Amino acid sequence: MAKAHKYDRDHINTDEIIPARYLNTDDEQELAKHCMEDLDAEFVKKCQAGDIIVAGEDFGCGSSREHAVWAIRGANVSTVIAKSFARIFYRNAIDNGFYIIETPDVDKISDGDEIEVDFENGLIKNVTSGKDINFEPLPDFAREIINNGGLLEHIKKATTD
Amino acid sequence: MGSTITEKILAKAAGKETVKAGQLVDAEIDVIMCHDVTTPPAISMLEDKKIDTVFDTEKIVVTPDHFQPAKDIQSAALHKRLDKWARKHNIRYYYKIGQAGVCHALLPEQGHIRPGEVIVGGDSHTCTYGAFGAFSTGIGSTDLAAAIATGKLWFKVPESMKFVLNGSLGKGVYSKDVILEAIRLIGTDGALYKAMEFTGPALADMSMEARMTITNMAIEAGGKNGIMGFDDITKEYLDGRLKGKTDYEVFESDADAEYCRTIEIDCSKLEPMVAMPHLPSNGVPISKCAGKDMDQAYIGSCTNGRIEDLRIAADILKGKKVAIRTLIVPATPTIWKMAKDEGLFDIFYDAGCVISAPTCGACLGGFMGVLAEGEKCVSTTNRNFVGRMGHPKSEVYLTSPATAAASAIEGKLADPRSYL
Ligand code: SF4
Repeated sequence: MAKAHKYDRDHINTDEIIPARYLNTDDEQELAKHCMEDLDAEFVKKCQAGDIIVAGEDFGCGSSREHAVWAIRGANVSTVIAKSFARIFYRNAIDNGFYIIETPDVDKISDGDEIEVDFENGLIKNVTSGKDINFEPLPDFAREIINNGGLLEHIKKATTD
Repeated sequence: MGSTITEKILAKAAGKETVKAGQLVDAEIDVIMCHDVTTPPAISMLEDKKIDTVFDTEKIVVTPDHFQPAKDIQSAALHKRLDKWARKHNIRYYYKIGQAGVCHALLPEQGHIRPGEVIVGGDSHTCTYGAFGAFSTGIGSTDLAAAIATGKLWFKVPESMKFVLNGSLGKGVYSKDVILEAIRLIGTDGALYKAMEFTGPALADMSMEARMTITNMAIEAGGKNGIMGFDDITKEYLDGRLKGKTDYEVFESDADAEYCRTIEIDCSKLEPMVAMPHLPSNGVPISKCAGKDMDQAYIGSCTNGRIEDLRIAADILKGKKVAIRTLIVPATPTIWKMAKDEGLFDIFYDAGCVISAPTCGACLGGFMGVLAEGEKCVSTTNRNFVGRMGHPKSEVYLTSPATAAASAIEGKLADPRSYL
């Protein structure tokens, strides 16, 4: 079970997820210390391993910095649930083997809710409210990349198979 | 049903007769742009996976720009990793400091962008190169690593949105104002996953530099790529400039190509625009926001740091004094030299501006002009998100170089038309 950290906003951008002033490193643990800093300075403190970020439309818009995915992953966030994702963030997540969930039903999740996610079957169980959300699992090719451990492992596998 | 220019380029790159929006393709990459923030992680990933190879040493263009010259020890370490890798693999087009410049100004200027090709870069504003009739899009570090190693990437062929730029631009109104208006109309995710194709008589009148300002900001509407057709102005820019391969194939959209949406903009009716904090889509005409106090003006970046932009700013600043900190950042060494030779530096100096070396610098809140808490900056850059140019409580107002220059003189948002 994981706790939902809900940011009821659209267009949460990469500068908020990991400000550019920290891009002078690509160390995931270092980046994680500043995850979501300009949006919620308390985030890192309150986020427990496996917790989930919940947001509105266009999550991850802005720069192509994969540092945004690394900062989130480094902060031990297990997934991001949003109404929609910006294109490059979406790609970066898949490439890193990091599951993300797109669903119009984020309104059924409130800040602090305890939730469980079943990626294979496309089901979010909201333990707190009892309301379930069905979502469209990622397309097959994306799941294949994730299951292979990210794009580079996937390519390696494809070239050595 | 015909095809769009984006579909045609992706079909060619995937070795297919035709492709349609929605289809997944494996495309051959013609050019890869590498800079100092996103490439070092890609290099580490490749080394980690023991696939430390480069698909083609002539098709990768490397330039440090974001934190160059190195702003601190950590960014120096990034540059060192980039440098070591570029040398080890004999990257043919590696722009070291002295030749290095803001990537999206440098690559076209140095002749690395050809029509009809597929270009990717580890930077979201890689969409800039679509001004040359190429398919060009930004990617993250893992995709970059994969492209460097294999010369291929998967893409979902995007649907296309058509922007028809009608009329002609009035005095003091520029391509920056057009793209701010387009983003205002559709919102920052109005073109999510889509190709933004620009056409129309107002576009035909624009220089390549002005056109690049438009495609540069496609990502600010969520677009996968921005793209424009080829004409005599494109040809003239490319002639004698191209490095390596000098031939290219020109594509254009069929008359019966399919668009998910068409938007017409009457450029004759446009005023200078200002995108208010904290979204590029918060555009308002200058008549509705003039007079707002500013602390800094920034003229530079991949959006508006080219020679034409500096000329426009100099025209307005000539014989005047700036009332606030004003930073002039020529985007590449060539632009820097042109500006110097044309006497623009004298104008900027006399006006009280500071002139920087080519760098991304403060555009992303890196260095060389970072904002303190509560400060406001009128800027020719492309993004005004929270904290973009410094403190999370600072504010960025996006404008054309003309509006930024006029605002620098008055110390508040000002209409450039009264200076022309
Ligand atoms: S000038 Fe600004 S927007 Fe352009 S590449 Fe540099 S940091 Fe990015």
